[in-house]
Amino acid sequence: MARKLPAAEDQSRAPGFSRRNFLKTAGVGAAASTVVGVGGACTKEPTVIGPDATTLRLRVNGTTQTVTVEPRVTLLNALRNELDLTGAKEVCNRGACGGCTVLLDGDPIKACMMLAADAEGHEITTVEGLGSPDEMSPLQKAFVEADALQCGFCTPGFVVSGTALLAKNPDPTLDEIKDGLAGNLCRCGTYSRIFEAVQKTARRG
Amino acid sequence: MKKKRSGVLRPEGPDKLRGLARYVDDLPFPGGLHGATLRSTVPRGRIRAIRFDPDFPWDECVTATAADIPGQNCVALIEEDQPLLADGEVRHAMEPIVLVAHAERHRVYEALGHIHVEYEPLEPVLSMEDALEAKVPVRAPDNVIKRISIDKGDVDGALAGADVVVEGEYRVPHQEQAYIENQGMTARFEEDGTLLVEGSLQCPYYVQKALVRAFALPKEKVRVVQATTGGGFGGKEEYPSMVAGHAALLARKAGRPVKIVYDRTEDMVATTKRHPARVRHRTGLTREGKLVAQDIDVLMDGGAYATLSPVVLSRGALHATGPYECPNVRVRACMVATNTPPNGAFRGFGAPQTLFAAELHWERIAGALKKDALRLRRLNLVREGSETATGQVLHESVGARDVLEAVVRRGRYSEKKREYARWNRSRRHPSWRGIGVSVCHHGAGFTGSGEAFLASRVALALTRKGEIRVLTSSTEIGQGTIAAFTGLAARTLGVPEEWVTIERADTGLVPDSGPTVASRTCMIVGGLVERAAQRLRERILESTGRMPSTRAEMVREARRLCGREPALRVEEQYTHPPEIRWDEETYRGDAYPVYGYGATVVDLEVDRTTFEVRVRRLTTAVDVGRALSPRLVEGQVMGGVTQALGYALLENADYHDGVMQNPQLTNYLIPTALDTPPLDVMIVQRPYSRGPLGAKGVGELPMDIPAPAVAAAVHDATGLLLTELPILPERILEAFSSDPAHRQR
Ligand code: FES
Ligand code: FES
Repeated sequence: MARKLPAAEDQSRAPGFSRRNFLKTAGVGAAASTVVGVGGACTKEPTVIGPDATTLRLRVNGTTQTVTVEPRVTLLNALRNELDLTGAKEVCNRGACGGCTVLLDGDPIKACMMLAADAEGHEITTVEGLGSPDEMSPLQKAFVEADALQCGFCTPGFVVSGTALLAKNPDPTLDEIKDGLAGNLCRCGTYSRIFEAVQKTARRG
Repeated sequence: MKKKRSGVLRPEGPDKLRGLARYVDDLPFPGGLHGATLRSTVPRGRIRAIRFDPDFPWDECVTATAADIPGQNCVALIEEDQPLLADGEVRHAMEPIVLVAHAERHRVYEALGHIHVEYEPLEPVLSMEDALEAKVPVRAPDNVIKRISIDKGDVDGALAGADVVVEGEYRVPHQEQAYIENQGMTARFEEDGTLLVEGSLQCPYYVQKALVRAFALPKEKVRVVQATTGGGFGGKEEYPSMVAGHAALLARKAGRPVKIVYDRTEDMVATTKRHPARVRHRTGLTREGKLVAQDIDVLMDGGAYATLSPVVLSRGALHATGPYECPNVRVRACMVATNTPPNGAFRGFGAPQTLFAAELHWERIAGALKKDALRLRRLNLVREGSETATGQVLHESVGARDVLEAVVRRGRYSEKKREYARWNRSRRHPSWRGIGVSVCHHGAGFTGSGEAFLASRVALALTRKGEIRVLTSSTEIGQGTIAAFTGLAARTLGVPEEWVTIERADTGLVPDSGPTVASRTCMIVGGLVERAAQRLRERILESTGRMPSTRAEMVREARRLCGREPALRVEEQYTHPPEIRWDEETYRGDAYPVYGYGATVVDLEVDRTTFEVRVRRLTTAVDVGRALSPRLVEGQVMGGVTQALGYALLENADYHDGVMQNPQLTNYLIPTALDTPPLDVMIVQRPYSRGPLGAKGVGELPMDIPAPAVAAAVHDATGLLLTELPILPERILEAFSSDPAHRQR
């Protein structure tokens, strides 16, 4: 772990803020966890990855894909830059907006907050993997019908979070919907329409 | 652009839902470099030296400074005072100085850390009051960017004769647009020397104008294309010219494409925001509550450069009276320069600031006259035939009273007022409850003779394939331009919507329809689409006798009509109705072709322990003329009022030393799902004879209305009149502790 991690993609110089430090720490923490955590339970022998690019096998939208990335690369950047799955967006890059939400074994996670290496051995679903190639999922359709989007930049994150919510709770109350979507930001203010789309989908079963 | 499918309001919707729509950072970018910007760390100073660490492998990078700009070093807009890269002097923190590009994104940020700028610090001016005092001159001659005066009648005489005079001062802070997609732009030079930029933007022809100047290129050699854009709200009206200029400068030096995409922090600290403002009112009334004089002083902080500030001030001044009739009015408005990052366009464009003051001032007046603020508004609201402060007579489509009565009824204003008075008497309740109302107007389209000056153009083309293409530089930024124009063209032509496509906003393909701002897209540009569609329909009818009803028939007729051309094209240009007159010198005349009107009732509660404000319901009514698509209008209203709730209650841009201290979505809080109350929206139709099918603009109006109603409702609940936004729990606490009369409540 002695190797200095590359500088994060950030240049914040506003007094009092340094995401560089934040990501460095996060990066070290996450890398440390990969040492014991890759592939599941604690093993006796630590797995060592890096410092150079590593080849990872990621299960994405039902197929296995191979990517070769440096250990510092987040799942979000691996999906976007290596696999050209650009539905998940980089907005805040620090877990504050939900624009990068994908499913990890069915749970919604913020792909900017996880290293690609840590996603090995898990089933990843991105917005592109919802529905089938010719047909949108019921929730995606409901978004379109309810006009639950404006600029659409936050929309992939919302529809992924909403999908996870309905999978766990097929008949959510309005408060449960709000809770389930509380980690996603929409500046266009489409929230009410999104609630409507989720409720409609729930009612249709 | 996408084909329209049935059951789909927005043709572009399905791709956005599937994650297939490509925003600028999603576009394939083979062989390109990533660019980044080194910014000033002091609010004001001379640049003594720029040093590049000798140990750093600079041969891997491309760098650029002001010396590399081939044309004029400015971001051309209204004035030419803002440099593309600081040269010799910096006038605000976060001002761009050096650009760097590298093939790997993380390396470019590393490189920035190896550039050192030495400054000779100069004394900065950081507040608008200091700027006005002009002890330290930071902008010649007196730190003033623009002054505006509006005069009607005899204000001093009327104030002297008034039964009561009520004074008040109101303040609003910066507000960050916080579009969810950060600023981003790609640039490359093509083999024939054409500069091609593509990115996230609202106004392709603004970017073109800026690049023509900075790169000393003819217009035809600068092509600007809008990528799918993740929100703008005004924030992508001016700043994209800066980002595009930077990307182009690096691309020119590198001989390769360059992409610059900001991260959230950079976007928040460096780009434009809503102007902070201080507004003072001195209002004379009769005992009954009829307005006799409004004396209003507006001060706004433009930041270091002019950007669009003169126009923002103009709109602010023109809305400062609120939608009321008053025989004697004086408005003195002033935009000063400070050493802070320039402020600029944001939905509402100066009006939310002055309308907050105008509307909340009724609470003070009501207190002074011991009358209900609602009754007082009813007494003074504009109606058809009213004359505004600039002497404009409102001839038609004045829905001010309709929207007010609609929300008062639907929001049960009067019943709740009584009910909450009872509720607040009981100390057992965990909260105080309150209800507040406001009513606003918003001028649709450009101010004054702006539209005449723009002379916008739109074209419609019937292709040989029987497809109708709408060619306009109006951009889709979430507000539904594509859906609205598709519907308008199809309805006017009498063809199915599936036959209509909207061309992408690309200066190489579409004529200049003016910028996508000022709630003008639907009313002005939509009007041109409608007229072009009528003409195209006439052409088709002349030749065929009736409108083709099947696609096959349309294709046949289209081939005949096109002859040897690829398409039959009709173009329309805006002509200003001669009876709309405006004098820019005296600020007299028809300030806007027409106004939209909106009213809101806010029902909220304030926690007695934590002072947190929870909005229980927001009831809004708008008069936007005829609603071309009620669903789109409702969506715009929901979005606008949500941003306004953030403005009123959450968004607290914290400035120290001329820099925003909380440039993250974790500490600059915008409304989430949990902050969204039930939103009740009513559309009151008061068609406007010159709008397309009777429509007026809708985009900005909803941003104006809620903030003063929130403050009025907090007043109703707690007895405290908080005259400064945002109304944070700590501000309520502070107001309680400094007001002994209220400690008992
Ligand atoms: S980009 Fe991942 S949460 Fe914002
Ligand atoms: S639709 Fe624009 S941010 Fe949500």
